[in-house]
Amino acid sequence: MTWIQDLFSPESRSWEQFYRNRWAHDKVVRSTHGVNCTGGCSWNVYVKQGLISWEYQALDYPQFDLKIPSYEPRGCQRGISNSWYIYSPLRVKYPYVRGALLDLWREALASHGDPIAAWGSLVGDPVKRASWQKARGMGGFRRVSWAEVLPMVAAANLHTAQKHGPDRIIGFSPIPAMSMISYAAGSRYLQLLGGVNLSFYDWYCDLPPASPEVWGEQTDVGESADWFNSLFIAVVGSNVLMTRTPDAHFLVEARHRGAKVVVFSPDFSQTSKVADEWVPLHQGQDGAFWMAMGHVLLREFHVDRKVPYFDDYLRRFTDAPFLVELEPDDAGGYCAGSMLRSSLLEDSKDEELGEWKLLVFDEDLTIRMPQGTMGQRWQKKKGQWNLESRDAKTGEEYTPLLTLADASDEVVRVSFDDFGEPGPARRIMRTVPARRVETTDGTRLVTTAFDLLLAQYGVARDLGGDTTGEWPASYDDASQPFTPAWQEQFTGVAAADVIRLARQWGETAEKSKGRCMIIIGAGVNHWYHNNLIYRACITALMLTGCIGRNGGGWNHYVGQEKLVPVSSWAPIAFGQDWSAPPRLQNGPSFHYMHSSQWRYERPFQEVCPVTDREHPMARGHVADRQVTAVRNGWLPCFPQFDRPNHEVLAGAREAGASTPEEVGSYVADQLKRRDLRFSMEDPDNPGSWPRVWFIWRGNALQASAKGHEYFLKHYLGTKNALKANQEAEGTLEDVIWREAAEGKFDLIVDLNFRMDTSALYSDVVLPTASWYEKDDLNTTDLHSFIHPLQAAVTPCWESKTDWQIFRELAWHTQEIAARSMPEPFEDLVLTPLQHDTPGEIAQPTVKSWAKGECEPIPGKTMANVSVVSRDYANLYNRFVSLGPKFRAGLAHHGTKYAVEDLYDAYTDDRPKESWNGSDYPSLREDRWVCDAILHFAPESNGELAWRAFQSESEKTGRDHSHLAADTREVRYTFDDIVRQPRRILTSPFWTGITKNGRCYTGFAQNVEELIPWRTLTGRQHFYLDHEVYRAFGEHMPTFKPRPDQEAIGDLENTRVDHRSLVLNYLTPHGKWHIHSTYGDTLRMETLSRGIEPFWMNDRDAGLLGIRDNDWVEVLNDHGIVISRACVSARIPRGMCFVYHATDRTVGVPFTSEKAPDGSRRRGGGHNSLTRARLKPIFMIGGYAQFSYSFNYWGPPGVNRDTYVVVRKTERMPEW
Amino acid sequence: MVSRDRGMDVRAHASMVFHLDKCIGCHTCSLACKNLWTDRPGAEYMWWNNVETKPGTGYPTRWEDNEEWRGGWEVAGNQSLGLRAQGKLSALFKLFYNANQPGLDDYYEPWTYKYGDLFDAPAGNEQPSARPVSQITGEPINIEAGPNWDDDLSGSPIYAAGDPNLESLDPHEREALFAIERMTMMYLPRICNHCVNPSCVASCPSGAMYKRGEDGIVLVNQDQCRGWRACVVGCPYKKVYYNWKTGKAEKCILCYPRLETGQAPACFHACVGRIRYMGVLLYDATRMEQAAKVPAEALVEAQRAMLLDPFDPVVIAGAEANGISSEMIAAAQASPIYKFVKEWELALPLHPEFRTLPMLYYVPPLVPVMGRLVEGVYGKAGSDGIFGAIDEARVPLKYLASLFSAGNVDVVRSALRRLMAVRWHRRSLEVNDVDPALVQRMLREAKLTPEDADAIYKLTALANLDERYVMPPIQREEAMAGEGTDPAEEMRQTSGFGTTLPPRRGA
Repeated sequence: MTWIQDLFSPESRSWEQFYRNRWAHDKVVRSTHGVNCTGGCSWNVYVKQGLISWEYQALDYPQFDLKIPSYEPRGCQRGISNSWYIYSPLRVKYPYVRGALLDLWREALASHGDPIAAWGSLVGDPVKRASWQKARGMGGFRRVSWAEVLPMVAAANLHTAQKHGPDRIIGFSPIPAMSMISYAAGSRYLQLLGGVNLSFYDWYCDLPPASPEVWGEQTDVGESADWFNSLFIAVVGSNVLMTRTPDAHFLVEARHRGAKVVVFSPDFSQTSKVADEWVPLHQGQDGAFWMAMGHVLLREFHVDRKVPYFDDYLRRFTDAPFLVELEPDDAGGYCAGSMLRSSLLEDSKDEELGEWKLLVFDEDLTIRMPQGTMGQRWQKKKGQWNLESRDAKTGEEYTPLLTLADASDEVVRVSFDDFGEPGPARRIMRTVPARRVETTDGTRLVTTAFDLLLAQYGVARDLGGDTTGEWPASYDDASQPFTPAWQEQFTGVAAADVIRLARQWGETAEKSKGRCMIIIGAGVNHWYHNNLIYRACITALMLTGCIGRNGGGWNHYVGQEKLVPVSSWAPIAFGQDWSAPPRLQNGPSFHYMHSSQWRYERPFQEVCPVTDREHPMARGHVADRQVTAVRNGWLPCFPQFDRPNHEVLAGAREAGASTPEEVGSYVADQLKRRDLRFSMEDPDNPGSWPRVWFIWRGNALQASAKGHEYFLKHYLGTKNALKANQEAEGTLEDVIWREAAEGKFDLIVDLNFRMDTSALYSDVVLPTASWYEKDDLNTTDLHSFIHPLQAAVTPCWESKTDWQIFRELAWHTQEIAARSMPEPFEDLVLTPLQHDTPGEIAQPTVKSWAKGECEPIPGKTMANVSVVSRDYANLYNRFVSLGPKFRAGLAHHGTKYAVEDLYDAYTDDRPKESWNGSDYPSLREDRWVCDAILHFAPESNGELAWRAFQSESEKTGRDHSHLAADTREVRYTFDDIVRQPRRILTSPFWTGITKNGRCYTGFAQNVEELIPWRTLTGRQHFYLDHEVYRAFGEHMPTFKPRPDQEAIGDLENTRVDHRSLVLNYLTPHGKWHIHSTYGDTLRMETLSRGIEPFWMNDRDAGLLGIRDNDWVEVLNDHGIVISRACVSARIPRGMCFVYHATDRTVGVPFTSEKAPDGSRRRGGGHNSLTRARLKPIFMIGGYAQFSYSFNYWGPPGVNRDTYVVVRKTERMPEW
Repeated sequence: MVSRDRGMDVRAHASMVFHLDKCIGCHTCSLACKNLWTDRPGAEYMWWNNVETKPGTGYPTRWEDNEEWRGGWEVAGNQSLGLRAQGKLSALFKLFYNANQPGLDDYYEPWTYKYGDLFDAPAGNEQPSARPVSQITGEPINIEAGPNWDDDLSGSPIYAAGDPNLESLDPHEREALFAIERMTMMYLPRICNHCVNPSCVASCPSGAMYKRGEDGIVLVNQDQCRGWRACVVGCPYKKVYYNWKTGKAEKCILCYPRLETGQAPACFHACVGRIRYMGVLLYDATRMEQAAKVPAEALVEAQRAMLLDPFDPVVIAGAEANGISSEMIAAAQASPIYKFVKEWELALPLHPEFRTLPMLYYVPPLVPVMGRLVEGVYGKAGSDGIFGAIDEARVPLKYLASLFSAGNVDVVRSALRRLMAVRWHRRSLEVNDVDPALVQRMLREAKLTPEDADAIYKLTALANLDERYVMPPIQREEAMAGEGTDPAEEMRQTSGFGTTLPPRRGA
C-alpha cells in the first residue's frame, strides 16, 4: 500500500480555488415558494454577481421543545429546483396577447377611441369574438407593452360591468396561505370591482366534508412536529414521504421513539417503506376497514370492558349522550330521527332558541339541557356556550348518561341500512334501548346517540326484553356489517389484521391517553364517498379519546394550507375594509354548472345509494339539487341572475323599494314568480354566462380543471377531445335545457412566470415576479411559524409582482372609469346563509319556497340580499388604502376584537394615503401590506390575541385570556420574520395551543378550555340528525362502496377491444411536482422520465404487450392522454396512476386520434380524463355546521371514481 | 510527519453516515449538488450525488455488476492487492481503449426541451408543445434513459429484477420480491466514498488525483488531469465522471469549500430526511492494506479495526505527532460517525468487497413485515408483537448483506437487531404496554445497555444540525501557497481579482 499518499502540499493544490470560486456568492436572502404546497419552507436564496444562483433551506426555525426534533431543514427536491425557473426559457418575461385578439383590439380602439366602446364592439360581434376564442391554445402570441395591455383589460372589465354586471368577472387563485399578498392582490381588485372569487379547497377536493360534519371546522390539524408525540400512526390515503417531504422525518423519527406506523395504501408507496406494516387494501374501500376497526373498539373497549378514559371522553366531548328521537317507520319498527329539542318539552318550551337546544339524561335519568349547543351560542344571554357539564337552565352539575342499556323503558326494533351490496340498501332490524319522554306533542321514544352507534356498528348487548334483530354472531360473521370478516370482501385484508390492529390501537390510546393518530389525505378524500371514509376513521379516533390530544388526532394534510393571520388578512383580501359582503363562490358548483358538465350526467342515485329514495334532496339530477341549494340560500350562485344585477335593482327601485329589506322582498317576489331566475337555473342563456376570467398563482385550466376538455369546449370555445354524451335532457325538473353554449368567456387573463397550460390557452399573459422577486407572507398547518417571501432581485425582465399588477390595473380601471363611469353606483349582492352567523340557525327544517312550502324570506328561507356601493372612479384609491371598515374592528368565527386605537396610531406612524380629505394607512407596496397584516392579527400581535381571548371568554363564560397573558407585548414585524421565522401566538381563531413550547394539535383548546366545537351540540358529532343526512342514510358512520364503472359511465363512447384494458384511474400527488409546478423544470423532468409516465401493473401491461417506456394512449369519454408506461408490481392490478398534475405543454406529442377538422390532436393533461362529480348531500345549508362558508362547505370536486382505457400506441407518435 | 508509536500512523478523515432507515427517497440531496456543481455544459449527466431505489439497477445502470466493470481491487494469488481493471503492465495499453469504460448508454443522453416554441409558435390549428431535444446534439431525442430511471420501481420486472445484489438470493426468494406479500423498496443515496484505499487515485496515469491530507477528500486536479478516464474505470462505485466539454474527470469534492468554512456539504445541508451525519474518524494508515485484504466476510470487522479510539492517549499522541489539529482531535472525540460505525456497529460500508475501504457508511433500514396471501386475502405474516421481528422483514438479510457486508449476514442482523431493540426500549418508556422482561431480553441480545439505547435514540431521532455535523472549519491559513512571507495575508489581499478561467481540454 504505497502508492496512495495523502497530499498536504499547498503548492500543488492551488487549483482547488476552482471550486471555491463557484461556491462564492454575494448575498443571501430569505424567501420561500408561494406555490400551492403545504410545505411552507423557509429558504435562503443565494445571489451571485446580481443573479439568483441557487437556494438552500433555512435552518434557523426556533426550537420550542428540545425533546422534539427541530424543524430543520425544511424544503424538498421540487423547491430546490425553483432557481431553474428564474432565467429559464420557460420564463414569461413580457406581457403577451394572442395575435387574433390584439389585431382586432388595435383596430377597434383606433376606430372607437373610447376603450369601453372598443371592447364592446369586439364582444358584440360573434364572428370576431369566436375568432380569438378558436385561436386559444393554438400559438400566435405577440409581445406587447404594459401600457397597451392593461387599458385593454380594464376596458374589458368595465364594459362587462356596464353591460352584464361585475359579477361576470371571475377570479381564480388557489390557497392564499403560501403567498397571501399575491392572492389578496387579485381578490381585492375583483371584490372592489364587484367580481367573484372562486373557492379552491373544495374544488381541489382537498376539503374533507367530514370535518365540517363532525366538528363544524373547515380543517384544523396538528403541526408535523406533533407526529413525534404519537405512539401509533395510521397513514391512510396519504403518502407522507412523497408529498409531505419536509415533514416526513417526524414520522420516521417517531418510530425510533417507539411509535408503531401502519400504512394503508393499495400500492407499495414510498411511505410504505418506513411502515411496520403495510396494509394493501383495495383502493377507495378504506371505509370498510375503519368501520370494522370501530366495531372491535366498541365491542372490546366500550362494551365488554369500559375504559374509563374513553367513557369519560365520550360523555364530555362528543354527542354520544345526546338524545335522539325514534320515529315509527312504515314497517312497524322505528328509525333514528332528529335530536330531541328543548322546544318540545313542557319545561323548556319557551326557552329562547329552544329548537336549537338539545337534551341529555343525567345519570339519575333527569333530563338535562347541556350548555354549549347552537342555542346557547346564539341566545341573547352570553356565557353559557361552553362544555362544562352543567345544566343550562339550573346551573347544576351533572354527569351525562351514555347509554340507556340499564335504564330503558322498552327495547325497540330500529332499522338500519346496509349499503354494501349493489342496488338499494338492505334494511337491517336491530334492538335499541329507549325511554319514553312526554312532550308537548305527546309521548316520544328517545335513545342516545351512543346506543344508536352501537346498533349501527352491530355491537350486540344483552338489553333484556326483545333481543331479536339481526346481529353479527361474532367477528367472523361476514353476513352483517361491520364485522372484521365482513370488511374482507371490500378491502381484501384479513379479519385477523383488523382485530389485531384495533386491539393495539385501543391499548395504545388507553395507556397513553389518546396518543394515536391518523394521517390522512387525498388518497381517500378524492373518492365520491370521502365523508364516509373519513368519518369511519374519525370515529375510531373519537372512541379512543384521541382528538385534541398531543400525539393524537386526525391529521388531514392535503391542500388546506392554513392562513394563520386570517382575521386581518381577509378584510384586505376581499376589500371588506371598503365594502361587504364579498362575492365568494364555491368552485365545484360553479364549474359543474357553467362549464356544462351537468349536461353530460344522469340522475345521481345510480352512483349514490340512499335510504329514502323519495326525499327531494336524495333523488333527481345533481344540477336540480344545485338549484335547490341556491334557491334555499344554502350555496352561492354567481353570476347571480340571468340578467344584470343593476337591471334587477332598477326594477326594485322602480317598484318603490328603498330600504335593503324592501329590495330583498322585491327580489324574493321576482324569484318566486319566476320572473327572475338564478343564472344556474339557465346556465346556457347568454345572460347567465361568466365573461372575464382572471387566473393567477394557479393553473386553473389544467392542473385544477376537473373536466379540462369540458373547459376547453364550453368555457374557451377552442379545440377539445370531449366525446361524452349529453344525457341530462329529459331528466331535469328545474334547470332549463337549451342548446349548449360554447366559448362563454370573452377574455381570459393569466398572470404567470411560466408558460403552463393556463397561460398557453389564455388570451392575455402577464409576466409576474417569481417567489424570489417579491415580498409576501407564508404560513402552513404543517408547522407553527410565520415567515416571509422576499425579493432577492428585482422582478426579472418586465415582470411585476401580483400586487403591482393588480394595483396598476386598478389605476387604469380608475382612469377609464373617471371618464366613463364617474359616479358611485349600487350593486345587489346575494350571499348564502353563513356558518358562524345567526344564518346557521335559519332552517331547522327543510322547506322550499319554490314549491310553495314557505315564503321566500331573505336571510331565512333564501339567501341574504344586500345592496353594496361601488366606486370605480376611486377604485385605485381604495385599493391602496386600508379602509374605514377595518378600523371598526376585526372578527373571525364570530369573535370580534377592537383595533381602532391601533389603526389610528398606525395611520400616524406609517406611510399613508390621503384622498377626499381622509388619511388611510397605505397599502401601496407589497411589504406595507405584509406589515399591516402582521400588525393587526392576534397570531402576530400579542395584544390582539389577548383582546380576542377576552372576547371569546365573554361568549363561553370562562376565562381564556391566560392563553395570551404572557405574550401581550409580542409584536412581529416583517423585519422580524426576515431575521428568523417566528412562532405564531395562540389565538381563539385556531383550536391548538402553542404556548409554553407545545406542539400545535387541533382541538386542544376545545378539550382543555372547554370551548365548544361550532356544531349543533357544540360537541364532536357521531350522529348527524339533518333530514337530508337521514335520507341519504349517512346520519351515522357507515360504508358505501365506491361506485362501479357502469354507474360512473366514463366509457360509453370509448371502444374497449382486445388490445385495450379498462383501469381505475388515480391521480395521486406526485414526486416531481407540486401540482403542475416544477414538473416542467429540466431538473424534475430529468429525475423522472422526461415525461409524467403512466404507471401500471406488470401483469396488466403484459396482457397488452406493453413494455416499460412504451408509448401508451389513455382515454375515456372525457378526453385522451398520451404518455409512456412505467411498469411495476408496486401498482396493483386493475388500476393505474398518472401523478397529479401534468401539463400538456412540455414533451407531449400528438395522439393517434385526429380532431374533427382533420388536424392533429395534442395529448391532454391528466385532467383530460376527469370530470367533476358532486354529491348533493353537501349542498344543504342554514343548519348549524351545515352552513356555507367559503372553502368550508359545499360539494368537493371528487375525481377518483374514474375509469379509463389504456392501449399501446401502434407507432411512434408524431410531434 | 508520520508517527510510528505502536506501529501506528494516525490520519484524520472527514466521514459520513447515511442512516438509511431515515431516508425518504426525495432526491433533494441530488439537486442541492446539481445546482451548485454540475449545472453546466459537459457536466449535465453528472450526478455526484444520486439516490437509487433498491432493488434496482442504479446509475449508471448496473454499476454494481463489478464482474462487468472490474473496478476496485482484488487480492491476487500471492495475497497482494491489485487493481482489478489493470495490472501495471497493461495500464498504458488501456489508456487508449478500455472495454470497461461505461458509455453514454450506461449513463444517459442529457436532454432539454424546445421551451421557446410555446412562446414563438405561429398562430395555427394545433397546440404547440415543447419537444425534447438532446443537450449534446440539439436534435430531437427519444428519451429512453435517465439518471434516475428506475425511481420507486420496486417490483419492476426489468429494473428491480436487474439488481445485481439479487444474485445473493435463491430463485424462490428472488421471485417473492415481486409479489405483494414480500415486495419491498428502499433508497440508497450515493456520493463519492472518499475511500481510504481509492482505486481511482491508484488508476490515474497523470497523477492528477490525490487524497487530501487534512481530511481525506479525494480530488481530481483540474490543472493536471489529462482526461485518460482510467479513474472512471477504476472507481467501482462509478463516481468519477468525464466532462466531455473540458476533457477532465470530475467527481464529488465533498463540498470542500463549504467544509473549510464550517458548513455541511450541500447534499448534507439539504437532506430533509436528516439521514446524514458527518464527523471525523481517526484511522491507522498502517492497517489499511491488511484491512483491504482479509477474506470477504471479515472485511467489515477489519475496517472497523482500522478505526482508532479518539480517547486513547496513544492515539491522541499519534495524531498530534502527525500534525492533526486539536480541533480535529476534539471533533473526532465528539464524532457521531465514530459512534455509529465503531461504538454501536450500526453503520456499514457499501460494498466492502470492492476493497477500497470506503469512508462513508450506511445504517441499514428497517422495512415492513412480510404478509401472506390466502385465497386473495392479504394478512400479516409472523408474530403478533407491536413491532415485527427482524427475520420477518420484507427484505431478505442476504440482500442487505450483499450491499453492506460482502455477504456477512450476521453483521447486518446485529445492526438491525439493535435498531429494533432501541424502539422496544423507548416504547416501554413512553407507553407501558410492553413486557419489561421482553425489552430487557432484546437489549441483552442486541448487546446494548439502556444508556446505549437512549444515546442511539437521541442521535437517530433528535439530533439537530450541530449534532449531526461535527466538523471544525479547516485552518486555511496553514494551507496556503504564495509568493509573500505570509501566504495567507497575500491571499486575503488578492483573492478574487483577475479573470476566472475554466479548465480547458488538453491543458
